[in-house]
Amino acid sequence: MDINSVRLLATSLVMAVGSIGPALAIGLIGSRAADAIGRNPEAASRVQTMALLAIVFAEAVAIYALVVALILKFVP
Amino acid sequence: MLAVSLRAEPLFYVGSFPVTNALVLSTLVFGLLVVFALVLRRRLAMVPGTMQNIAEIMVEGALGIMDTVLGDRRKSEKYFPLVFTVFAFILCSNWLGLLPGVGSFVVGKGSEAVPLLRSPGSDLNFTLALALIAITFVNAVSASAIGFRRRLSVFFNFKGPIDFFIGILELVSEFAKIISLSFRLFGNVFAGEVLLAIMAFLVPYLIPVPFIFLEIFVGAIQAFIFAMLTIVFVGMAIAGHGEDEHAATAQ
Repeated sequence: MDINSVRLLATSLVMAVGSIGPALAIGLIGSRAADAIGRNPEAASRVQTMALLAIVFAEAVAIYALVVALILKFVP
Repeated sequence: MLAVSLRAEPLFYVGSFPVTNALVLSTLVFGLLVVFALVLRRRLAMVPGTMQNIAEIMVEGALGIMDTVLGDRRKSEKYFPLVFTVFAFILCSNWLGLLPGVGSFVVGKGSEAVPLLRSPGSDLNFTLALALIAITFVNAVSASAIGFRRRLSVFFNFKGPIDFFIGILELVSEFAKIISLSFRLFGNVFAGEVLLAIMAFLVPYLIPVPFIFLEIFVGAIQAFIFAMLTIVFVGMAIAGHGEDEHAATAQ
């Protein structure tokens, strides 16, 4: 296989595999946050802030994968 | 096939500084916001007109959200200018980047054709600059609120090996925040642009409409998330990690 085909394959694999973890993480965070607010509606704003922060850091990992994919695709 | 370029293409050079199509559109957005702000200011009255009403609704809403994060209306008002400006700038940049004409009017001929306007968020320089401004703001505000030495001691903590290691992690985490803020906005806007270009290329009629709705939604959400993250980082940085609150309640 020549290098260009391998690069193409690697680009798509990086994005595909690299989004699995963050997607699962964000879903879990969201569901636990919803549970927590359901149990204790008064703490809603604190739970919301914490959940948003955790989601952002989980998504950062997906963004690292995106950066690698972009570099593979666009840097000659 | 489509020519999708990762970097914003320079239109002309001022000395050795390239003026890109994204810079042109972001300057237009800036001019629009300034004109809007000046006109609104001139028409402020005790009995508000329509524009003032809408602006007041947005300001009240933003201050309310900041209250839930910071806990104090005075703090919210103190940090409101920069955070709301960042939100408004990114929102208008994203939405104006969806207008017809952005990306379609080209200068130059043949293979040298370069779009005249491009969504500012799809230029990494724009998002990186905003991320740097936001994190510099967080650190400056924290240094002014809890003192320069205490802010520095978050990163360079010589009380023990574990604290030192945590300080190093905090330092790395600041840079990770800059990178993640800039790349989140860049990735969302650039991917949206590529998506719209490909949809318009495949089926020019009707099918791009739901994707444009998606981009309107994503543009608003990303602007909100950028500003929200900035204010959450400010809240964390001025609270001193809650250790002092625990000490105060223990006494």
